[in-house]
Amino acid sequence: MEPTNVENPDYYHKVVDCQWACPAHTNVPGYIRLIAQERYDDAYMLNWESNVFPGILGRTCDRPCEPACRRVRVEEKPVAICRLKRVAADLRGDITPRFPDIPKEKNGKRIACVGAGPASLTVARDLMPLGYEVTIFEKNDRPGGLMWTNIPQFRLPPEVLWEEIDYILDMGVDIRYNAPVESMKWLLEQDFDAVFVGSGAPRGKELRLPGRYDTDHIYIGIDWLESVAFGHTNAIEENVLVIGVGNTAMDCCRTSKRIGGTNVKVMARKSKPWFKASPWELEDAEEELVDIVENHSPTEFVVEDGVLKGMNFDIVEWNENDEGRLVSTRLDEAFFPAEAVILAIGQETAFPWIEDDAGIEFNKWREAVVDRTTFMSTREGVFFGGDAAWGPENIIWAAEHGHQAAISIHAYCRGEDLRKRPPEHMNLVSAKMGLHEWSYSNDYEYAARRKMRHVRLEERLRSIETEVEEGFDLEQTLTEVERCLNCDIQTHFTGSLCIECDACIDICPLSCLTITHNGEEAELRTRLTAPAENAEQDIYVSEALPQTARVMVKDEDLCIHCGLCAERCPTAAWDMRTFDLLKPYAGQDADHPYSGMGIEEMSPGGFVSVTP
Amino acid sequence: MTYIAKPRVFHPSLEKNELGLTRRDYEGVMSTLCAGCGHDSVTAALIEAAWELAIPTHRAAKMSGIGCSSKTTAYFMSESHGFNSVHGRMPSVASGANAANRDLVYIGVSGDGDSLSIGLGQLCHAVRRNLNLLYIIENNGVYGLTKGQFSASADMGSKSKRGVPNEQPPIDPALLGLSIGATFVARGFSGDKDQLVPIIKAGIRHPGLALVDVISPCVTFNDHVGSTKSYAYTREHFREAVEAAFVAPKDFVPPADEITADIGSAEVRDVRMHDGSVIRFRQVEGDYDATDRDAVYGYLRERQNAGEVPTGLLYVDPESRDLHDVLGTVDRPLWDLPFEELCPGSEALDALMENYR
Repeated sequence: MEPTNVENPDYYHKVVDCQWACPAHTNVPGYIRLIAQERYDDAYMLNWESNVFPGILGRTCDRPCEPACRRVRVEEKPVAICRLKRVAADLRGDITPRFPDIPKEKNGKRIACVGAGPASLTVARDLMPLGYEVTIFEKNDRPGGLMWTNIPQFRLPPEVLWEEIDYILDMGVDIRYNAPVESMKWLLEQDFDAVFVGSGAPRGKELRLPGRYDTDHIYIGIDWLESVAFGHTNAIEENVLVIGVGNTAMDCCRTSKRIGGTNVKVMARKSKPWFKASPWELEDAEEELVDIVENHSPTEFVVEDGVLKGMNFDIVEWNENDEGRLVSTRLDEAFFPAEAVILAIGQETAFPWIEDDAGIEFNKWREAVVDRTTFMSTREGVFFGGDAAWGPENIIWAAEHGHQAAISIHAYCRGEDLRKRPPEHMNLVSAKMGLHEWSYSNDYEYAARRKMRHVRLEERLRSIETEVEEGFDLEQTLTEVERCLNCDIQTHFTGSLCIECDACIDICPLSCLTITHNGEEAELRTRLTAPAENAEQDIYVSEALPQTARVMVKDEDLCIHCGLCAERCPTAAWDMRTFDLLKPYAGQDADHPYSGMGIEEMSPGGFVSVTP
Repeated sequence: MTYIAKPRVFHPSLEKNELGLTRRDYEGVMSTLCAGCGHDSVTAALIEAAWELAIPTHRAAKMSGIGCSSKTTAYFMSESHGFNSVHGRMPSVASGANAANRDLVYIGVSGDGDSLSIGLGQLCHAVRRNLNLLYIIENNGVYGLTKGQFSASADMGSKSKRGVPNEQPPIDPALLGLSIGATFVARGFSGDKDQLVPIIKAGIRHPGLALVDVISPCVTFNDHVGSTKSYAYTREHFREAVEAAFVAPKDFVPPADEITADIGSAEVRDVRMHDGSVIRFRQVEGDYDATDRDAVYGYLRERQNAGEVPTGLLYVDPESRDLHDVLGTVDRPLWDLPFEELCPGSEALDALMENYR
């Protein structure tokens, strides 16, 4: 293998699995260390910089970071990253003085955003500090999009939502409520330099079965949740069936339990391993005594004299066919009585307001054709992001789309090439502070993941406004931060210094290191101290070592960043170095333009100089 | 030194031996030696060998004297017995322990100071007794604990860290062992575990004293240019005399022709030990014969005079008889004898004394 190029920011970035998995590349270990130092404002700002909604996401994020967390490779559960984000949000002080200055003199460019959801708000956050005038058109009388209409208050208290949205609106965004855009052509005729479509995926999927339209007690999940959010709906019948088993279904069944549903069942076509809902949302629903019934495929709504009586289901079994696809076999049928049914089987984009001759191409599913790199549609100057771009994702993706669209809009307004994306950079600084002192806590914490405390069941079901999760207390926080393995503190190797004493290999608790003769990757992976079987994780290969011309190989897969290799290295060939990804934002030259949290600001004790 | 503890978390593919133990179960406390010390690699080789041999950790005894080397017995097999004795007196203490309980696996770890200076006489007599003991000398040519003065194994002309050459001739433990009847003589290098681990395994199973000289560089006081015991010098002058593999009795397959062919083109020779285990030698140097004491002695002199560091399982006596065998002692360890047999009383003593009248 060729020697690994660690100068490419991607190499070390990939080792920080959580950050790599996060669409917005939030510096997770960085903010966890700030929380450990009780620097909540700094931790909040580091989050705000990349994911814009730390308090909201600390409660609702889909957490792509957690399954990726390295900790699951050595024990059962990942670090409670999302909960810690909420800690930073809960315990922050007044951070408004740290927000960017908004130029009084504008740059003369006007941007229109459709929908006041997380994608549009992120575009505004990134463009307002550059002097843009941003106008958001919102069909409702409140901002937030799906964050407001579809996430129940017991998961996301409105004050948390409004506060973080106001941070952005207070930059001077021109927000127009009750202003649905009914014509793209009309919008294009207004005097805007660019248009951003962040109108989400607002149409719930239908279930066209016999009896569907014979009653008015069958609801579309996202519409029903919206109606509850606005207070138009405040009750439901006792026996409720929720069809579908994604996260919207979880919100529907839990909401039902709070406004009259006593016997609430979630009906799933498939069995548990294929459920779409996040495991923690399933757990929360089950804790609230919602029945989750698997392998029941709906066949009919049973309506008698206009009154919904229930539904018929096929009881099925799923098996893989010869082509490896899951197919169902009908075993039996069953009737489930219900007075109300909520359909939560998916949602899709809807653009009835975009005319066919508006210059925006659609594919056969009537989704806009959007460039994956530039976020621009087939009409110049019209950008898409969030769920409106490629269908339902989640808030953290919407935020990242917003950042990327803002970069494009900025380039577009300056007449620059949209495809020339500003590159990512990195900083890498030794974490060594003294003979045995490192700028991070490297003792392994054996504690299991801390469990979130919930409000007592009878109390929480009494009101839709009671937030279920109580947040971490100090003990939980201080334990959980220590569970983080600090994957951003990289093991950095300088081959020319190595004397091949084997000290690092002997001490490594996870058998990550090998000195051996070089070879082709596939073959080399088989003859390491422990075989490197996870092909998704890179192996590091050094240049030829001075004494024997063998190479140092490190399998990054299981490294717990304990620093023992560096501690036992007599020549400092191994060093622990703090990696800091410098992510570009629209029009910003400075590193960490929104948080100011570079390596030097993050580390408490300063640095010693790095040996070449 | 290292302050943080080695975490008790493991690679999921960590193998278990026939006792159900992993390598990590054979570890000891964290080393307090200098980072990069060769001794830590010897420790790792001991852990690997003990794990591969599936030695029950409570059935082993680790014996040592004084010095950096002698600290290392704390760094492996923390569940085993151990005795950290007076400077240079490890062989005597090991002799006593072995006399009383012949059933344990005895692992002695000493250094060039402990064994070639203050304990030289002890070493020689333990060799003569052919005590059933693995005797490792972690040889770095200096007194590390007292800041790097030359030891008795320092080569003529080897330079100290301050640049002063050594002008006294060295005592070579391998040549010494051969000259006083050692039944197992080997030399390894801490930086080459592929060679060292099989030597240690064979040494542990050898019925008698297995003298293993391990070049184990002192990173702090003897790893500079001009030193003849540095990592770089050893690698440059390293010469493998013969390659040895230890084959446990249960794994032993008689070397039929096809198997020999399988092993490679080089000539393979099996030396069968009393317990049925086999040391399988693969020739590296033409007609090297690891059972010919005089030839081995001559070879070592010749190569060492040529400035090389000959290594490998240099000599083994397949007819080795350990101390208990020679003295015809009781088969069982003393703790296992009923009191009446162990101490038959004054009448038996009187009868014995009567014999000598």
